[in-house]
Amino acid sequence: MNLEFTPEEQAFRDEVRTFIEENYPKHLADFGMREDMEREDFLAWHKILGKKGWSVPAWPVEYGGTDWTPTQRYIWSEENARASTVMPLPFGVSMVGPVIYTFGNAEQKARHLPGIVSGDVWWCQGYSEPGAGSDLASLKTTAVRDGDHYVINGQKTWTTLAQHADWGFFLCRTDPSAKAQEGISFILIDMKTPGVEVKPIKLLDGGYEVNETWLTDVRVPVENLVGVENKGWTYAKFLLAHERSGIAGVARSKRGVEKLREIAANETLDGAPLIKDFDFARKVSQLEIDLAALEITELRTLAGEQAGKGPGPESSILKIKGTEIQQRLTELTLEAVGTYGAPLYGNIANVPGDAGSNQYPVGPDYAHHAAATYFNMRKTSIYGGSNEIQRNIITKMILGL
Amino acid sequence: MDFNFTEEQDMVRDGLSRMVREQYDWETRRKAIASDAGWRPEVWAQLAELGILGMPFSEADGGFGGGAVDAMVIMEEFGKGLVVEPFLPTVVCAGGFLKHGGTAAQKEEHIGGIVAGSSVFAFAYAEPRGRFDYADLETTAKKDGSGYVLNGHKAVVVGAPWATHLIVTARTGGERRDRDGVSVFVVAKDAAGIVTRDYETVDGRRAAEVYFENVSVPAEALIGGEGAGLGLIELVTDEAIAALCAEACGAMKVAHAMTVEYSRQRKQFGVPIGKFQVLQHRMVDMYTAYEQSVSLTYLATLRLGASETERKRAVSAAKVGVGQAARLIGQDAVQIHGGNGVTDEYAIGHYFKRLTIFDAEFGNVDHHMKRHIALA
Repeated sequence: MNLEFTPEEQAFRDEVRTFIEENYPKHLADFGMREDMEREDFLAWHKILGKKGWSVPAWPVEYGGTDWTPTQRYIWSEENARASTVMPLPFGVSMVGPVIYTFGNAEQKARHLPGIVSGDVWWCQGYSEPGAGSDLASLKTTAVRDGDHYVINGQKTWTTLAQHADWGFFLCRTDPSAKAQEGISFILIDMKTPGVEVKPIKLLDGGYEVNETWLTDVRVPVENLVGVENKGWTYAKFLLAHERSGIAGVARSKRGVEKLREIAANETLDGAPLIKDFDFARKVSQLEIDLAALEITELRTLAGEQAGKGPGPESSILKIKGTEIQQRLTELTLEAVGTYGAPLYGNIANVPGDAGSNQYPVGPDYAHHAAATYFNMRKTSIYGGSNEIQRNIITKMILGL
Repeated sequence: MDFNFTEEQDMVRDGLSRMVREQYDWETRRKAIASDAGWRPEVWAQLAELGILGMPFSEADGGFGGGAVDAMVIMEEFGKGLVVEPFLPTVVCAGGFLKHGGTAAQKEEHIGGIVAGSSVFAFAYAEPRGRFDYADLETTAKKDGSGYVLNGHKAVVVGAPWATHLIVTARTGGERRDRDGVSVFVVAKDAAGIVTRDYETVDGRRAAEVYFENVSVPAEALIGGEGAGLGLIELVTDEAIAALCAEACGAMKVAHAMTVEYSRQRKQFGVPIGKFQVLQHRMVDMYTAYEQSVSLTYLATLRLGASETERKRAVSAAKVGVGQAARLIGQDAVQIHGGNGVTDEYAIGHYFKRLTIFDAEFGNVDHHMKRHIALA
């Protein structure tokens, strides 16, 4: 038992760090992820990694993945967090991709996987509905067979960044008479198909990260069904477990704590740096301790995966603790910036004379997005199966109650 | 990076687990801690026979070549069974002082006895007014010829009633609370001038107030340099904290499992109370706190050999996190057991007691939070 990286792993870290330094787009440097970016900015790093062969490291090599060990993938995520890169979005890479290569047929793999690897095709997720949130299996969108097509009708919601999407993966009810979980199918839809309509939803941070997606008599060829008709729930659950395993965001949170310390060293309280205030320092230390524990918990889970165990119900712990820490981090960051958390900024970063802004920026740069980020991150304990649903999963799968 | 245990470590765990299950059942433990002796020397002899007492010593020192990870494995099993025998003060604390600070002669004299089970140690460091500061000492060791004379009062010395030897901290110079001037001695408990008042602790162990009244010790009793003992004490107590955290993890694991099982059996409103979501989610939070504690215990254990700052930060992080988890799991386990949880008859209350007392050992949550902040 040890926590040391091997010389090979150190060399790997040097290699990826150098690659990031030399190839990451300069105009996106230290930018993080922002929902108001242009489509091309979202995809820029993804496309560079696609050419390098590093865009889908967790996939099997035959579909464009790498043979990296879980430790190497961990190093990869740490180095990207260190440089605050805009990483490939999860909808293709971590969600529909693994479903297609695990349950799809040869034509589907050949048609869809290369676009995910290269970053040319943008995917979105059609799961939640206005009446089906935590009780996802109660979804009502229907797909009715008509010759070689399904005719799909219904409404999806919280469709993240669907305004940019080329394709979507949707859960639709194909057997209305079956029990809730047993009549659902997993269907791929070209978002340009007539009858697909995407309407933005404005969120607390002022941005348009999610959408309502309306489906009205959308005709989809039957070859877009993944796997077996009415078995979609199995694939949906498989996908959710994959989604959760990357959801802890440990490396990003570690970088966030460093930034929080920088802010708190710059802010003053009673003439001294805020970070020297015991009450505030205690909150930061508590966050660091929780994060240190989560980091080892994630590494233990990765080690389990390396030993051949897939992402299991333990990934629910990573989801709960990871999102609690992400939220606490943004909460403390907002607290650290003090009253400069209040001014409302536009979606475009304000710089003097910026045509996209109708107000002069006030306060330090690090304060501009503190409130918006805090508001935005409230989503994390709600999405991907709310943290209460994760507790239900652990109750059933681990405690056996 | 590797989270696997060696085959030997797995064997030690299995062997100890069997021994605790077969010979440390609840009724036997209850009788033993209520007996005059308060422990079972035959259990100690068996631990020596199994090689447990020699595990963390190098082969050159007469041990079996294990280390901190072995101590972690052992302490976790002891935690599961609420074992009271003094492995921590004898093997981890006294053993640690001898390993890191002992002369060849001191190792020769004492390690063999520890490994064989014939020497039992207690660690006399705390004082009535010193709280968690190892340098806040009123006990003095004054130079007398080539040796020293000890005077002072040591508080709540766990395992002292069973001990043949004591490790004692005392001031040989400097002012109270100075970092310099702290020294460490090894003393036979039957040395002239040592007076003890033995008592039971609330978590089923034995301890004593130990008074030193003009106790003469030879120069050879000094471990490490005169007046330069604080760094050594910090290292050994950090090792002790990592081991204690492992013990707490074992106790938390059992307390949680007992609680889940109880919620399956206990019926109210016509259903097992484990069907109520409000209790399910509390038990999930207990489980998560336990898993996070295991992670922090690994972190502390695997950082014991790192730089001083890294080691102290990891150990303090563990003592804070595990301390908080021990409080949560202990209290919630009792709550979910309802009235039965506050009876002496049910085992859960005894796990609660051990997990409660754990917090203040070698510094509580607040103390280690301060140390963590100071090292940021």
